Order: sequence, then structure tokens, then C-alpha cells
Amino acid sequence: MRFSKSVRLAAAIATWVLTSTNLPAAQTNVAVAANFTEVAKEIAAAFKAKTSHEAVLSFGSSGQFYTQITQGAPFQVFLSADDARPKKLVDDGLAVPGSNFTYAIGKLVLWSKTPGLVKGEETLKAASFAKLAIINPVAAPYGAAAVETMKFLKIYDALKPKIVEGATVVQAFQFVETGNAELGFIALSQLTGPETGSRWLVPQELYSPIRQDAVLLKTGAPNEAATSFIAFLRSPEARVIIEKYGYVLDGQS
Amino acid sequence: MSGLPPELWQSVWLTVELAAITTVILLVVATPLAWWLARSKACWAEAIATVIALPLVLPPTVLGFYLLVTLGPNGPGGSIASLWGGRTLAFTFEGLVIGSVLYSMPFVVQPIRNAFAAIGDRPLEVAATLRASPRRAFWTVAVPQARPGFLTGAVLGFAHTVGEFGLVLMIGGNIPGQTKVLSVAIFDYVEASRWHEANILAGGMVIFAFAVILTMTLIEKRSAVVRP
Repeated sequence: MRFSKSVRLAAAIATWVLTSTNLPAAQTNVAVAANFTEVAKEIAAAFKAKTSHEAVLSFGSSGQFYTQITQGAPFQVFLSADDARPKKLVDDGLAVPGSNFTYAIGKLVLWSKTPGLVKGEETLKAASFAKLAIINPVAAPYGAAAVETMKFLKIYDALKPKIVEGATVVQAFQFVETGNAELGFIALSQLTGPETGSRWLVPQELYSPIRQDAVLLKTGAPNEAATSFIAFLRSPEARVIIEKYGYVLDGQS
Repeated sequence: MSGLPPELWQSVWLTVELAAITTVILLVVATPLAWWLARSKACWAEAIATVIALPLVLPPTVLGFYLLVTLGPNGPGGSIASLWGGRTLAFTFEGLVIGSVLYSMPFVVQPIRNAFAAIGDRPLEVAATLRASPRRAFWTVAVPQARPGFLTGAVLGFAHTVGEFGLVLMIGGNIPGQTKVLSVAIFDYVEASRWHEANILAGGMVIFAFAVILTMTLIEKRSAVVRP
């Protein structure tokens, strides 16, 4: 009796394994720079509706993902917040050459929860605030862009004692959201919700464009979900979503 | 070791300073608390002990999130900071001390409480028959006998504060000289792919952790011999 029971169990498991691998839908793990969080979620939903493939998203800073990928992290696609790290991964032999392309150009914004506090660069020059949140400039391009902007306006050294760093754009946003910092440089894409307060869209002349590149990692080359996700990212459908969140598309800036 | 960049030394000293101040505060706070917990028969004493032990189980992000809100301008931390014209206790050394005290509390209270409990009632009763006041009995009987517990608590409290990361990352803001402690500095170096510096710091931490655990084991071994 016991024997036939285990045979039946084994048969059930075998059937389950076979049917689950026979499913047409595949899965891919995508590392996404934190500024692209909301957009990536919406794109992944549209991607699933269209292809029935699933993109499992992880969010973090580009620097963190780069380090993890060099150490064999199980991602197949990487949506970086810069173009240097995807290029470096190609040079490292970890990404498919020629697969990197700019999926979005990010916009930097200075934001405060207090209405009327942020007026423009004069707000920074007046410096009548205690804490200014930015993103860690060595790990995330939006932080580097913030520093570049302040250096361009020649106020970086004066503001340096007031700067607090978040590890990702999400954390910098939280610092401002909780009121711990009066204002902060974040990604425009983070302000598409019902956030009130005041903001200044930093003019593009003040910092080099934040070209956000995607790249297909070598681990993703044989994965159908990964290759179609990269393809989907270029589709008009995805581009509409990307633009909706305040990004500029390549060749349109 | 003198070849290290100064910013690295700054993180080392900041960490030592934070851990030392936290440990001193914890010993002051934890001693009466542990004494009370060890002697009290009130049923809610265990509830208090459980609250103190919560950071053992909760991820640091839970404490970090609550602290970010309570230390901020809309919480009590903001009111305290306004006493000296500040807005928030987040991003300050003082804020880190508050967070570390809460976070490392169970590591100090627990060993001291156990040490007090292990003494039992008898030595204190004997002291009382010798007309020692409860205060005197506490200082001359209980505290000396609980010495290994204090040592363990101090070492653990210090070490755990050195090793905290998630909390500091969430409320610190990564300010050199104020909140950029060792664990965050290592995180920073790894993110920036500066593995040489990361290696030095991480290696140092491994040696430190080894020394701490070895010390702890030796303390426990010695106290076991002393108390037959």
C-alpha cells in the first residue's frame, strides 16, 4: 500500500514539473534602478498582459546592482540609472555586447513638501534651510547630477555641511517626505503622485544628461522572457509609459 | 595602518565614539532595569522585558522607519531638537545614539538580568540580617557578584553598536564625521567599487568581531570557574 502511495506521489510531482516547464510563459529577473521603480512596475504589468512572460523586479541603486552582478547575481536584465555601468558590464564580459541602449533620460528636480519653499536656484543660493537631501553621488547618477548642479551654481562648498545622503532616490525622497530634510534633489519620476509642496525642475544646462541605459546580461541571452523584455522596453507602448513619468526619450531631448 | 585615508580614520573614530557613549548610557539605564526585572514578580515585568527584547527579532528597518518619523520635525525628536534651534534629530550623532541605545538595549539588559537572577535571594537576605540597607546590599553584594554579567553586557552592547547598519543607513544620512560610521563606510566603498578600502575596513571588522567573541567566551569561562 505504502509503495503505491509513493508511486502516485512521484507521478504527481513529475506531472507538475513537466506541466510547469511546458508553460509558454517564462520568467526573468530584472534589476531596476530605484528612480525607475513606478515606471518599471507599470511596464512589467503591460509586458505580462502582452506576452504573458513575467518580469520579476528588484529595486536598488545602480552601484549596488553593478557590484552584485559582477559577483554573479541572478539577474538577466539590468536597467541602470546611468550609461557607464551597463558599458562597464559589457567590457567586463558580463553583458551582451551591443545590447545596451538608452531607455530613458532622467530629469532632476528640487523638491520640498513646503509650498513656496522651492522657487528656483535662488532657494539654493539663499540656503535658508537646515538639511538638503541628495542621493549618494558615488552610487547613483541623480546624486552626481545634484552635486554637478550645485558646483555649476558655485554653491556646493557652501551647502556641503547641510547635505544628507540617502542610499537610493527612494530614501532621499523619504528624508524629504518625513520632513527630516526641508528639501531634496530627487528624480522627477518620483513626483507623479499626489505630492504637494514646491518644486524646481533643474534646467538641463546645469548638469549632464542622465542617460539611463538598459543592458541584456549574458545570463539572459538564452532566456526568452529577458530578450523580449528588452525588446518591449523599446516598443511604443513602453515608451508612452516612460514619457508619462516625466522622462525624456532618447533622440527627443 | 597609517597609510589609510583620513576619511577612513574618521569613520573608525566615530564608530568607537558612538559605541562607547551608547555602552555607558546603556549600563546606566540597564542596571536598574535589569535589577527590577530580575526581582519583580509583577506579571507585566515580563511584558516590559519583551518590549526591550523586540529589537532582537524586528528587522532594523522597522526601528529605522519609526525613528525616522519620531526623530523628525513632526515627532518628539523635532521638539527636542528645537530646544537648540535644530529641526530634527535624524542625521545627527545624538539621533544615532538614541537609535543605538534602543537597538542594543536587549544585549545589555539580558546578561545583567541573568546575572542578578543567578544570585538568588539568599545572599541578599544574609546581607539584610547583617543590617545592610537594601541600597548597600545592592552595591556591595549584588553588583560584585553580577560582575561577569556587566562585563558581558558591556562587551555585547559595544560590539552590537559597532555592528549596526540598517538603522544607521536609514536615519544617518551618511554625513562624514557625524553619522558615517564604519558599516556605512564599507557599504559606500562597495557601492563605489572601491574594494581596496572596503577590504581594509571589512578585514578590520572581522578581526574585531573575532576578538569580541573570544573575549566573551573567556569571560564566561572564568566566571564559571569562579562560581562553583
